[in-house]
Amino acid sequence: MHLETFTALVFIGSFAAGMLGALTGLGGGVVLIPLLTLGFHVDMRYAIGASLISVIATSSGAAAAYVREGYSNVRIGMFLEVATTLGAVVGAFIAAYAPTRALAIVFGVVLLYSAWLSRSRHDHEPAVEPNPWSEKLGMSGKYPDGHGGWTAYVVDRIAAGWAMMFGAGILSGLLGIGSGAVKVLAMDKIMRIPFKVSTTTSNFMIGVTAAASAGIYLTRGYVDPVLVAPVLLGVLLGALFGAKVLARARVRLLRTIFACVIGALGVEMIANGWMGRL
Amino acid sequence: MGRALDDEKMEWMMGLLLRLGVLLAATVVITGGMMYLADHHGTQVSYRKFVGHPISVRHPAELTGSTSLAVLDVGILLLVAVPIARVGFALFAFLAERDWLYTAVSALILAVLVWGMLRSG
Repeated sequence: MHLETFTALVFIGSFAAGMLGALTGLGGGVVLIPLLTLGFHVDMRYAIGASLISVIATSSGAAAAYVREGYSNVRIGMFLEVATTLGAVVGAFIAAYAPTRALAIVFGVVLLYSAWLSRSRHDHEPAVEPNPWSEKLGMSGKYPDGHGGWTAYVVDRIAAGWAMMFGAGILSGLLGIGSGAVKVLAMDKIMRIPFKVSTTTSNFMIGVTAAASAGIYLTRGYVDPVLVAPVLLGVLLGALFGAKVLARARVRLLRTIFACVIGALGVEMIANGWMGRL
Repeated sequence: MGRALDDEKMEWMMGLLLRLGVLLAATVVITGGMMYLADHHGTQVSYRKFVGHPISVRHPAELTGSTSLAVLDVGILLLVAVPIARVGFALFAFLAERDWLYTAVSALILAVLVWGMLRSG
């Protein structure tokens, strides 16, 4: 394909991926990697490298808006970033030795899991008694309740959440995705942090997690700048646009459609990985 | 609640730092991309086969052959530096708050990031 055509098509596709990622809260990486590998026949390693770089851009670019809303908790985020960055370095090391077929299959499973997760509701019973470590580690906080007041919350099962975050970091480093779905799961379901706080803090953490494995990807040559440029700019603009229309869109319907698309892509990634076509 | 106020201000400054950093990196990437398109007008591209394009943080001088690729590489390195700078900022902010626990947490993350950046062969 001609350079100009390729660049333009990749830019448009990445814009759509970034927009869908922002609208559904799953992030751009989950659509981007199948788009590049299945749609543009890009080698899995280049796709992972491009995704990782675009994940850093969207996480950092969107952070300012979330911070203004007052939901994200910097202490929870940074305490758990120790786990995600360590995991990300481990994941990137594994990625260097794992065959691309195996990566494609693992990625497919993550897609199927994300599709299933995006359809389930998020309600959890509050902890029986407040965890004393929540105060000791300075993680207790409050968030705006939407009526001008504040709702206080505490954090529970910190060790289990930390371990889950280590796993999220490994996935992020292995596949070049933000793994926001797993991060939210750890905070929302395990640590019983309110959903809004979980999603915004997860976004806050994604950039740092991705940066931890970026060095390994860069030196291994996974980051091709000519491919990364349209991907990065497309995903970034798409995500910013997606965040703007989020308030007006019919998110329920969109989520359902998106979950089906992601599930189908997951099956296709597994099939292609299994048959060694990626 | 003096600490909560400090945290709020710190998070606000972090958000600003991240946004400006991404804006700067994106501008450099757009510039490099335009230069590359002008240089390689009408050439064929394929990413079917993995060749590899190593970008080294330790030897930025010998990034790549052509100027446009070097500009793109610098833009990408700037972008990767943005979240690392955020952790560095947090380290000093927690230090100023005399919050030793989170100063240590920030230092630990920074150590992991630097380790991932340099020990990557």
